[in-house]
Amino acid sequence: MPEIKELVKNLADKHGRNRESLLPILQGIVKEERSISEEAMTEVARELEMSAALVYGTASFYSFLDIKPRGKYVIRVCRTITCDMKGKKEIVDTLKDLLKINVGETTKDNKFTLLETNCLGWCHKGPAMLINEEAYTELTPEKVSDVIDDYMKKLD
Amino acid sequence: MPDTKKLQRVDLIFTEECSYKDVLQNTLKRPKDEIVQEILDSGLRGRGGAGFPTGLKWKFTAQEESDEKFVVCNADEGEPGTFKDREILTRVPFKVFGGMAVCGYVIGSKQGYMYLRGEYEYLKEDIQKRIDEFHKTLDELGFDFRIQLLMGCGAYICGEESALFESMEGKRGEPRNKPPYPTQEGFRRKPTVINNVETLVYSLMICNVGSQKFQELGTADSRGSKVFSVSGDTPIPGIYELELGMSLAEFVEEFGDGDTKSVQVGGAAGFCVPRKKFNDTIIGFEGVPTGGSMMLFNSSRSMYNVLKNYVEFFREESCGQCTPCRVGCQQLLKGIEAVKKGEKPTTYLKTLLKLTEVMKVTAKCGLGQSVANSFSSIVDNFKEEMIY
Repeated sequence: MPEIKELVKNLADKHGRNRESLLPILQGIVKEERSISEEAMTEVARELEMSAALVYGTASFYSFLDIKPRGKYVIRVCRTITCDMKGKKEIVDTLKDLLKINVGETTKDNKFTLLETNCLGWCHKGPAMLINEEAYTELTPEKVSDVIDDYMKKLD
Repeated sequence: MPDTKKLQRVDLIFTEECSYKDVLQNTLKRPKDEIVQEILDSGLRGRGGAGFPTGLKWKFTAQEESDEKFVVCNADEGEPGTFKDREILTRVPFKVFGGMAVCGYVIGSKQGYMYLRGEYEYLKEDIQKRIDEFHKTLDELGFDFRIQLLMGCGAYICGEESALFESMEGKRGEPRNKPPYPTQEGFRRKPTVINNVETLVYSLMICNVGSQKFQELGTADSRGSKVFSVSGDTPIPGIYELELGMSLAEFVEEFGDGDTKSVQVGGAAGFCVPRKKFNDTIIGFEGVPTGGSMMLFNSSRSMYNVLKNYVEFFREESCGQCTPCRVGCQQLLKGIEAVKKGEKPTTYLKTLLKLTEVMKVTAKCGLGQSVANSFSSIVDNFKEEMIY
């Protein structure tokens, strides 16, 4: 995959080629690709002259460094207690209905992945979710529909 | 019952009457020992939750002989119910950087790092811009110090200081054995001061108003004020800076919805206090300490659901390195589910409480050790809800 090779090389040029560069490089891959494929991990290992096992071991530790394939838009709904109390289940159900997938799954067109995550730090404005890096707070089923609608249009 | 304070709002952190630039300029002219003494005299203790005296951290690191030393700002705010650091970084970022620079001056460090949690990626660009601006101010003042921004990747455990260093070094965020402590061997095994976002702002503010003024606030064990993150069943959720040492009853009077059943003080790693103990509980190091997280529950909430949510959280966020924490969290979750379903006798709760005691003494870091806090305080106070 020449694109991955190019991406990893660019990231290594930017962040360096030592152990401390590893996380910024992996974060850079996720930002572009939404997840880190085996090819990408092998390429990072080659570029940084370390074992692929080491790259895998590090990446798999962090929940935001996805090593499973993800959609273009990764939705993470906060499942911590205060968001849960403010109606998180309704939000997740709405998302499941809209996207026709379960939590942990990706839509067939690879556009959306639905996940749950731990405290996002918006406890006073729950329920909250992230779509990629963007935070959405004080959600209602209607608000969620609008937001998803916008993202669906974005893709066309 | 020790002396309690009345609930009182304070405005030290967010006040606009203070120019960080003036404070910095004045402070960087003072002798280093004098600044350390000022912080020590103030009684300031770490605002991330653990509460180690800030002045001592600075003093120990200043005393270390090393070619390189570091200042690290812990902005990996991940405790459920906490969101104050995001607010501080959004509203008064320069005061945070200012605190880091003063620390760098005192301990003899030229390099600071801010480790920001991955969930706050959307703040990154803005913070970076302000750091660049801050560097220009430092150049004007002729002080050689730089701050680099690093991002976390969604791991709660990286808020633990030694796990945070591991993560900064590009490794899995697994806590180290202590000692050696960060003041001796921190980032890159060099002497390092690691402080919470809020602690750094207070350090700068103490340099501004003097230790005396800070010390007048709070109680003997908990000096000063603190930023609280208030959420759950409250009509007024949000961020509040309050004097330390008030009773929980005072707090609930102000923030409760009239039907408060319990308050979780200090997040999932903290303690759950039931209504009958509100009057006798001080919010502070002599009572129940908190890194800021205050979650209120009213009588419509099931404390079983609350506990299950916490245990699921710990099971997922345990780094897996040590057995007591990794297996302990899994078994606690299975255990409470089994009791609830009637698959295990109610006496099994006692076995689970014993397990948390074992975790408290055998787990490698604060995560595994603190599971006992919420687990025992909820199971002991709301036993019926665990069973029926």
